[in-house]
Amino acid sequence: MGAYDKVLAARAKGRPTAVDFIKNIFTDFVEMHGDRRFGDDKAVVAGIAMLGDVPVTVIGLEKGHDLKEKVMRNFGSAHPEGYRKALRQMKLAEKFGRPIVCFVDTAGAYCGVDAESRGQGEAIAENLYEMMTLRTPIVSIFIGEGGSGGALALAVADEVWILSNAFYSVISPEGCASILWKDAKKVREASECLKLTAEDLLWLGAVERIIEEKEDFADVYKNIYFLLIEYLDKYYKSQEKDKEKLLDEMLKKRYKKFRKIGEVS
Amino acid sequence: MLMKDLFKKPGNKLESDEQKPKTPSIPDELCVSCPSCSKAVFKAELNESFGVCPSCGHYFKIGARARIDMIADKKSFVEHDAKLTSTNPLAFPEYDEKLEKAKKESKEREAVVTGVCRIGGYPCALFVMEPRFIMGSMGRIVGEKITRLFEYATKKSLPVVGFTVSGGARMQEGILSLLQMAKVSGAVKYHSDAGNLYVAVLTNPTTGGVTASFAMQGDIIIAEPGALIGFAGPRVIEQTILQKLPPNFQRAEYLLQTGFIDGIVERKDQKDYIARILKLHSRGVS
Repeated sequence: MGAYDKVLAARAKGRPTAVDFIKNIFTDFVEMHGDRRFGDDKAVVAGIAMLGDVPVTVIGLEKGHDLKEKVMRNFGSAHPEGYRKALRQMKLAEKFGRPIVCFVDTAGAYCGVDAESRGQGEAIAENLYEMMTLRTPIVSIFIGEGGSGGALALAVADEVWILSNAFYSVISPEGCASILWKDAKKVREASECLKLTAEDLLWLGAVERIIEEKEDFADVYKNIYFLLIEYLDKYYKSQEKDKEKLLDEMLKKRYKKFRKIGEVS
Repeated sequence: MLMKDLFKKPGNKLESDEQKPKTPSIPDELCVSCPSCSKAVFKAELNESFGVCPSCGHYFKIGARARIDMIADKKSFVEHDAKLTSTNPLAFPEYDEKLEKAKKESKEREAVVTGVCRIGGYPCALFVMEPRFIMGSMGRIVGEKITRLFEYATKKSLPVVGFTVSGGARMQEGILSLLQMAKVSGAVKYHSDAGNLYVAVLTNPTTGGVTASFAMQGDIIIAEPGALIGFAGPRVIEQTILQKLPPNFQRAEYLLQTGFIDGIVERKDQKDYIARILKLHSRGVS
């Protein structure tokens, strides 16, 4: 499969979206709404759920399934209030010592007059800034499209995992082709150049793990469930006095991980 | 300091590499035409007016070195990481040529100049982005230089003053550019958590990944009059919503009105303004 085929697969109709992952991996999900500032952005689904027998905070960029739901979800492109809603839930997760699991699937943060006037840039900047020192483990899983800053705003995480047909890019291949070559038809070439596939991202150090997709997504859900349990185990098992040390180390590692991208000697 | 010295460039190694022509050449453009009012402006005149059109008040883009001369106390600027320069990590087509061209046009090695200086006598760390270097776009080295500056400032308990001008993340470095947003944000956060001040000055244009990271993370954020500041560029928005945008949309004045910046400060007043802010933060209680 070429890079562009993966882009198409990541966007394919019928591909499971964030709510499908939430439904199939967790139990007892209770959705929370609103950013307490402006409104409730339905492109972001956020709440609390059980992962096995432990509570976690779950946040997803949700594209919707049928056309009606897609419109309601703004096709998974969040406004500033969506990122602020996510951050509100993340702060609560930190308060109650719950790990955070994010599902990323978005063409990008929404480009529109309202989004700009309510501070799209500021909202994303705030998430990047706060997530770096949030004292609770964060795992972000790219399940479809990972469109630029709008995806990164939920991915300043200790662990970034990606499904084998998902992608993550600084710009859409269409945008890249039209800016660089003034020809939106050169998407194939742009997709290759951007190094946006799961394998490329692993090689570049942008993600920690690739989750192989199977014909049947039930296997993928199960796999993610076990991987999450395995990764979060040490945080749950640690004694109170060791926990602070563990979290200090976790934050240092989180900073270093992003710090080393493009580090030069 | 003489006004004519304001825009004089400090020494730059890249320049000395070039062979000086033996006979003095007549400058191509003694005067430029103002893009806003179309009137001819003498370059000398422009230099004395801080790069602002004397007829209509239009803000010309100015390079990083000229800005440093405008802001830093005379001879106080000491550059950091001057040698760092981008390579082509993804072997992206035509990027090498683009970098070469950018270096020639801007006479810089990267789209940001960083260092330490004094402003009105107050020491601070300073970064200034360079609009002639691929639109001030952020690749790995821009991220690295700004991150190093914040880390240095954290270690030395120095305030950071930063001038932004950028088209956003540099797409030729792909995901590595995008992740610089997180990297710099982390350094800004740790600098802030240690109780240090960061003043961001947004100049025309500041967009994309720079707006969505360190431009919007200042404790104090000011902008130049009329500066375009936004996440998505106006053309992208027009293509998305298929409507013309109102004229002041995403301009500094609009951001002030909507509550996203602390003030609009004219170029000629910026040095005094920043010096005053540094003074107001010079002694804390703890």
